[in-house]
Amino acid sequence: MRPASEQELSDLVRDASGPLRICGGGTRAIGRPVVGEPVLMSGLSGITLYEPGALTLVAQAGTPLAEVERATAAEGQRLAFEPMDMQGLLAREGVPTVGGMVAANASGPRRVQAGGCRDSLIGVRFVDGSGTIIKNGGRVMKNVTGYDLVKLMAGSWGTLGVLTECSFKLLPIPETQASLVSDQVTPQEAVDLMSRALATPYEVNGAARALDGRVYLRLEGFARQVGYRSQALREVLGGDWELLEGDKSAAQWRGLRDVADFAAKPGDVWRVSVKPSDAPELVARANCPVVMDWGGGLIWALVPEGTDLRRRLGSFAGHATLIRGSEATRAALPVFQPEADAIAALARGLRAKFDPRGVLNPGLMG
Amino acid sequence: MEMPIPNASVMSKRDRVLVRLAQVLSAEALITDEAECRAYDCDALTAYRCLPLAVTLPTSTQEVSDILRICHQEDVPVVPRGSGTSLAGGALPTADSIILGVARMRDMLEVNYPDRYVRVQTGMTNLSVTGEVESDGFFYAPDPSSQLACAIAGNIAMNSGGAHCLKYGVTTNNLLGVTIVQMDGTVLEVGGAFLDAAGYDLLGVICGSEGQLGVVTEATLRILPKPEGARPVLMGFDSNEVAGTCVSDIIKAGVLPVAIEFMDRPCIRACEDFAKAGYPDCEALLIVEVEGSDAEIDDQLDVIKNIARRHNPVELRESQSDEESKKIWLGRKSAFGAMGQINDYMCLDGTIPVSSLPYVLRRIGEMSKEFGLDVANVFHAGDGNMHPLILFDANKPGDLELCEEFGAEILKLCVEAGGCLTGEHGVGIEKRDLMDVQFAPEDLDAQMRVKDVFDPKWLLNPAKVFPLTASATRRAA
Repeated sequence: MRPASEQELSDLVRDASGPLRICGGGTRAIGRPVVGEPVLMSGLSGITLYEPGALTLVAQAGTPLAEVERATAAEGQRLAFEPMDMQGLLAREGVPTVGGMVAANASGPRRVQAGGCRDSLIGVRFVDGSGTIIKNGGRVMKNVTGYDLVKLMAGSWGTLGVLTECSFKLLPIPETQASLVSDQVTPQEAVDLMSRALATPYEVNGAARALDGRVYLRLEGFARQVGYRSQALREVLGGDWELLEGDKSAAQWRGLRDVADFAAKPGDVWRVSVKPSDAPELVARANCPVVMDWGGGLIWALVPEGTDLRRRLGSFAGHATLIRGSEATRAALPVFQPEADAIAALARGLRAKFDPRGVLNPGLMG
Repeated sequence: MEMPIPNASVMSKRDRVLVRLAQVLSAEALITDEAECRAYDCDALTAYRCLPLAVTLPTSTQEVSDILRICHQEDVPVVPRGSGTSLAGGALPTADSIILGVARMRDMLEVNYPDRYVRVQTGMTNLSVTGEVESDGFFYAPDPSSQLACAIAGNIAMNSGGAHCLKYGVTTNNLLGVTIVQMDGTVLEVGGAFLDAAGYDLLGVICGSEGQLGVVTEATLRILPKPEGARPVLMGFDSNEVAGTCVSDIIKAGVLPVAIEFMDRPCIRACEDFAKAGYPDCEALLIVEVEGSDAEIDDQLDVIKNIARRHNPVELRESQSDEESKKIWLGRKSAFGAMGQINDYMCLDGTIPVSSLPYVLRRIGEMSKEFGLDVANVFHAGDGNMHPLILFDANKPGDLELCEEFGAEILKLCVEAGGCLTGEHGVGIEKRDLMDVQFAPEDLDAQMRVKDVFDPKWLLNPAKVFPLTASATRRAA
């Protein structure tokens, strides 16, 4: 089924007699495998409003992300949260969409400084599990009118409603960028360096340790500013740093964003969100190849197929999500971190209120 | 403005409820004396007052849990309160409610520089959070005008903003985790010192829920390294429209100022008299501030000044010293106080798309003539968050009502222009009955479903946010 309008989608959901599988571009196929009639969102496509002077853009959920990126780049603007493209990592091909990105709350390296997808998302329209069309938020960046269901929808993987339209706050694309690159360092040394860099006033907006053990620190701004800041940052941190400039820096960060280091390697991939200073200990417990992002706050772990990484990690403040794994593994292990009973009860309660018949991506989040 | 009729059965069991509360609270934590309760009969929306059944001032999450559990068992509504600085009536009691104030919970629990967060009890004031970390080069970014007095609890309830959110975002973008007590007394940890949610983003929906989903007792807040420096530039224009266009052009140019503030003539005059900031005599004034090292600031301000010059400014002046910058900001931050010295006023808080600024300002001017009430405009222009101040005479019969009617028309105009009723103050009781201007019944129902899940008995701050008719059946159930 491929609805051509919000109203058609609403009718379709209302009349559904069984589970529905909501499909954006099909490039973020994570979560428990969903059995259900596919609903292709590509029919709801197009940028509905773009005001560069207000830094805001509204697009239908099925709009290809590339279309949004082209339109904003033409005005020197962008989505600040740097959404990752999962196609390489998951070995899938498709057309990443606005709705899929929001449903996954896809937030890349710039999360540490510019916020995540949920922070740039300022409005949504969606169809709930009863077919009701609901709007929340709007197209202005400061809005506290009523509850913030916008954030609830971001990262809900289509289990509370089917997104039909999303509004974003944009930011200007800086003139240039550069990255400082360290020698190979241990996870502990990396987190120390990244913490010190992120505590400077130089607005480091990417801080990662690649699979090869090198730390990358990104600066963006006017050319003179980036030159000044990279020098100042070197002085604060000491040691030897290589400088990657312009396009070379950008290409490096695309790879880090997409976890390209693991794309061609066999095994399961987990994404672990932690307190940065806990990361070195957790990396030791994981005992596997890792890529660290967000100054240590995000660990990508590559483990042999079927490994229960949570068992290796033990108890910690944060959560682990299985991003790449066979259907069998995803059916056997909880894909999303099991939650405390009272939190799980709230999640169940919300699901019951927004999808009382359990037709929207049932079981995807557990 | 209407409030529900107090529940007689709740009123009649006041004594029993107070006895039960006294069993779990120390004498200082429970205020039952009418004269003392009087201090809690309103917040900063002082036109509306009501004496609660009693006031509780717990000092721990456990005490908050005990209070809520008892009130839940007895079906007594609870109105959470931070510092009581809400401009929207968010902390206004009802006669059948218990006030639960967190003002005595003001400990800094943890400061963590390597991970760049602090953990606070939510009775701490906004400014005191920055105060604790500033000597080490950090700050807490959201800076509402009331930051000296307002509590983090209230900031979270209203998702407060401030002058610098164009760059740093509002409360929700700087909040990592909370300890929240549900109405039945259950204590929950939501989020923590990591950057995203494990499952649904409950933190995102708790922030800005106006104390209707639970009582937040502790919070993990992101702290940021202080910029090397900051410098404002003043730009005067001979019309509001030109100033509005200039704002849009600056934003389009690729420089992101940390703040763009706007004032019109009546406001400029009042602030100048009050703060002697050296504001020019003109129709519209912009304060644009950028951050960085001296050289970085020079470069950014060059771009911004060149844009301003294209709009024929009557004044274009860069601050020459820290002293001057402070004065410039003192003028802006004292705008409400300065207006208050010469008039009674009502402060609005709608947001509009920045591109609609000239149109909306022109319409407000026309409406001002129609209603016969003056308006002073001061607002965060970069993000479209307007604060029109409608001037009126509280002693003149009918003036408050006329002013409220005018205010409602301005907020409707904001919605019609593609914006919203409130950008940072919250709905409370003030904008409650306008919610159906912005939302369809289905939109409001979806929000109320969230409250159904968190607070099935609708006991937490129940008569706020949603129009009374829309929430009636849920509150009565």
